[in-house]
Amino acid sequence: MKKKILIIIFSTFAFTQSAFSYSADPKEFITEIVNETKKILVATNSKEFKTEKLSELALKTVDIKGVAYYSLGKYKKKLSEEQMVKFLDLFEKYFLKSFTSRLTDYSDPKINVIETQVLNDKYTIVKSLLLATSKRPEVNIEWRVYTKDTNRPLIRDLIIEGLSLARTQKEEFSSVIEANNGDINKLFLSLKEFIAK
Amino acid sequence: MIKKTISTFFVLMLLQINAVNAGSTNEELKGSSESSKECFEGLSRAMFKFNHTMDKAIFRPVAKGYRSIPAPIRKATGNAVNNLRSLLTASNNILQGDFKKAGNTAARFGINTTAGVLGFFDPATKLGFEDEGKEDFGQTMGVWGVKTGCYFVLPVLGPTTTRDVVGKVGNVFLDPVYQITHNSEISNGVVGNGNYSEHNYYYYRGTESVDFRAKNIESFDSVEKNSIDLYASLKSLYLQNRAKKIINSTSTTDTQNDDDWEEIETD
Repeated sequence: MKKKILIIIFSTFAFTQSAFSYSADPKEFITEIVNETKKILVATNSKEFKTEKLSELALKTVDIKGVAYYSLGKYKKKLSEEQMVKFLDLFEKYFLKSFTSRLTDYSDPKINVIETQVLNDKYTIVKSLLLATSKRPEVNIEWRVYTKDTNRPLIRDLIIEGLSLARTQKEEFSSVIEANNGDINKLFLSLKEFIAK
Repeated sequence: MIKKTISTFFVLMLLQINAVNAGSTNEELKGSSESSKECFEGLSRAMFKFNHTMDKAIFRPVAKGYRSIPAPIRKATGNAVNNLRSLLTASNNILQGDFKKAGNTAARFGINTTAGVLGFFDPATKLGFEDEGKEDFGQTMGVWGVKTGCYFVLPVLGPTTTRDVVGKVGNVFLDPVYQITHNSEISNGVVGNGNYSEHNYYYYRGTESVDFRAKNIESFDSVEKNSIDLYASLKSLYLQNRAKKIINSTSTTDTQNDDDWEEIETD
């Protein structure tokens, strides 16, 4: 027990020392994130620790507000200011839970960052490869990096084997709203239920 | 009789292609939530519920059991099934006018069936004949310009679209494995023996499904765990995946529509 606490304290200290600044170069930026994620996932078996550290990482490196706006799609314009504040708050909690839950399933992912493709001054795609294990084949992962602020790139989407997570989320949100005759409160309710799960 | 049916089928297909005018463009394939219409959502959701229950009760446990087989045996089984499946791919490579890929697929089949001991091993890849992905008649129609149509869910077979359900029928006519195992003229005459009986076709398709499900246990679990509307998530993933397969690319610039992202400003 003592050993476990010491490991957690040490790891926390190590991460808070190293995780404040990231490269402005999109490829380097993703490489740093991949390495940091790996460090978190192999540091301990404590799910709480992994969740906490991965959440901190996401808050610094993902444009959660941008993903939230994208996920709302055409409904973004229909929300009142008050509803938007409520949505952004719920979305952040939902996103962090979903993000950390997906990642904590991996124990030691081996990802090679390969190359970048500049789409325009706002977006760069960073291509990477999750290496195969005995259970699954190798997986192509592309990161949509928002580069409008050239000094602070941020992740906006993960495209796994050509399938966009953000687009899937957007279509899911749209389905919930449409199934309830355009009532945005039903989406809020679904998000609350997910967060409470 | 079969020849007549095939001819009728292709004539109908050609009529359908004319009917959709210019057909699917890259932009349509990249799509957006607004472009994926439902045929009959209520019924599809009920079918989805039924399939999900079946998956939990039967398919997932079978796939988990299959996972307990030693990895080399699973790999060899997957190879053999893929080798048989490549015959359908070759037919569609030709129909898409992609003769280079058709040659590659045929060479892979020849090498893997002989040197690879009925497809259990994959020496073709080592010889430079890389696996270039599966093709089916739904994809071929997409390449020809037939639009996706509306989305719905079939019992047991799962998500599909109008185009893909026609594609499933087309696959039956184009798949040499189906023809060999079902064509009574052949089984009673030239080839006929027990090895070519109809049930072997269903063993092959069943094994293919179990192998696919076993390779995706964690992915499905993750989608299920992280969805607020699993039906909508799987619909989105299915449509994105089909579009990707028609374009034959996993590159974001080919498969995703950038316009939606352009207007997202947070400052």
